[in-house]
Amino acid sequence: MLDDFFIRALLAGIGVALVAGPLGCFIVWRRMAYFGDTLSHGALLGVALGLLLQVDLTLAVFAVSALVSLALLVLQRRASLSADALLGLLSHSSLALGLVVLAFMTWVRVDLMGLLFGDILAVSRSDLALIWGGGAIVLALLAAVWRPLFAATVNPEIAEAEGMRPDRANIVFMLLMAGVIAIAMKIIGVLLITAMLIIPAAAARRLASGPEQMAVLASAIGVAAVLGGLFGSLQWDTPSGPSIVVAALGLFLVSLMPLRGASGRPVREGKSNG
Amino acid sequence: MSESAQQSPLVSLEQAGVFRSGRWLVRGVDLTVAAGEIVTLVGPNGSGKSTTAKMALGILRPDEGQAARRAGLVVSYVPQKVAVDWTLPLTAGRFMRLTGRVSASEAGQAMEATGVAHLKDAELRTLSGGEFQRVLLARAIARRPDLLVLDEPVQGVDFTGEIALYELIGRIRDDLGCGVLLISHDLHVVMAATDRVLCLNGHVCCSGTPTAVAGSEAYRKLFGAQAAPALAVYRHRHDHTHLPDGRVRHADGTVTDHCHPDDGHHHHGHPDHHGGRGESGHRDRPGESGRT
Repeated sequence: MLDDFFIRALLAGIGVALVAGPLGCFIVWRRMAYFGDTLSHGALLGVALGLLLQVDLTLAVFAVSALVSLALLVLQRRASLSADALLGLLSHSSLALGLVVLAFMTWVRVDLMGLLFGDILAVSRSDLALIWGGGAIVLALLAAVWRPLFAATVNPEIAEAEGMRPDRANIVFMLLMAGVIAIAMKIIGVLLITAMLIIPAAAARRLASGPEQMAVLASAIGVAAVLGGLFGSLQWDTPSGPSIVVAALGLFLVSLMPLRGASGRPVREGKSNG
Repeated sequence: MSESAQQSPLVSLEQAGVFRSGRWLVRGVDLTVAAGEIVTLVGPNGSGKSTTAKMALGILRPDEGQAARRAGLVVSYVPQKVAVDWTLPLTAGRFMRLTGRVSASEAGQAMEATGVAHLKDAELRTLSGGEFQRVLLARAIARRPDLLVLDEPVQGVDFTGEIALYELIGRIRDDLGCGVLLISHDLHVVMAATDRVLCLNGHVCCSGTPTAVAGSEAYRKLFGAQAAPALAVYRHRHDHTHLPDGRVRHADGTVTDHCHPDDGHHHHGHPDHHGGRGESGHRDRPGESGRT
């Protein structure tokens, strides 16, 4: 079964979507969409350095993404620039650095389009093992820090005062983000990873009445987007990564439709059974 | 209460201060909260009440002085402002479990006590100011804390609700035996059950016990009979005045740029130490300020 490239692509996409859902919720809750972008742009520098130093590309991407997030933490403490200016600085300079380093290495031929937009149809068995193994680790760690991380998202001061150690949870979260980007880069591409994080979570928002529910829904919507996008790309011969994102966008638009009073919209007066 | 207050304090600040962007937000604060004790902080805006509470909670580390909390202390904190983003699907019921496991019955009882049980399934961002305040308080109680820190818990609550909340806070203290650090938005009227009031304005200006509204004919007329058991009047005893330009005029008529205890011009919270012995240049402490 795994011999079929299309089945492998489906499994890879589903694995990424399952992990991206819950993490994407935190990105949306914490208004960190641009942070995801910054990390993924940094991934290109990771690829360049990985090729230059001849180390495993996934590892190099993870390392660079982690470094970028730590750099952000340090720069924010210094706080001479606003967070969005810092993110823009890190994002574009790491992207530019990556492109420059790649251009210098005339001896390697790099499929730049593959890096930017992903090549889900070229997924190998070892890639699959990495996605599902790494994804399981990311989800397990996220479950372990869920309560402090969520408390810090709602209100950092309550979390700090009540012994949740929000700083530790934040660092774990940043490392998890770096991990997801390293895993997902090959599948969806540097430019579109953030879309896989944000769009399913945004689509889940109106349907969810609790944070845990929203995380699960975001995963489910992500999986649906992967299925829709890949079958669509097979049908109409469109690039696979962008097709998945377009499918996710379609699901988001559907989630904006008026609901039949089921959930989503807050029910305040309705449920006053004291 | 007075027996339990004899035990080691839950939290203590010793000459603690926070320095930010070139100025002291608050400085030289001595504060202890013991089990079963209610301490109220009053003071004008920007006087360092919240900063002091955050030092006590460990959210801010004092830049000078000491802050200590008893080991294993269970703290509940109700901040002045909690903004819940639209993107967060968070019901009041789920909010009860934000920082720890709370059984459904405990959460239910706490929400019952603050009168928000019917809002269990309501999303936080749809609540009115007063409802939200009660949900915050319910969450704090449900944790059964040793120390309850409330930053302006009655803001956005109407007068009757304010009295009810004060009575509730008093009952919580009695039931749980917890210490309460309360920040009040009112300079003169505080919760009647308050054991000690600290007036802050960048430092501790004065401190003491409030007198019951019931004992004051004028205030009883002002607030009505129902308020008398819940509210108390705090009479400030300042030996210095904070001028509009930030400088300080002391009882002895001298004017200084700031009000740090080290400038030696006033006597913190010791109204019995009157007189203009400000020029000695070292800090007055009760008992060691010789009346020569």
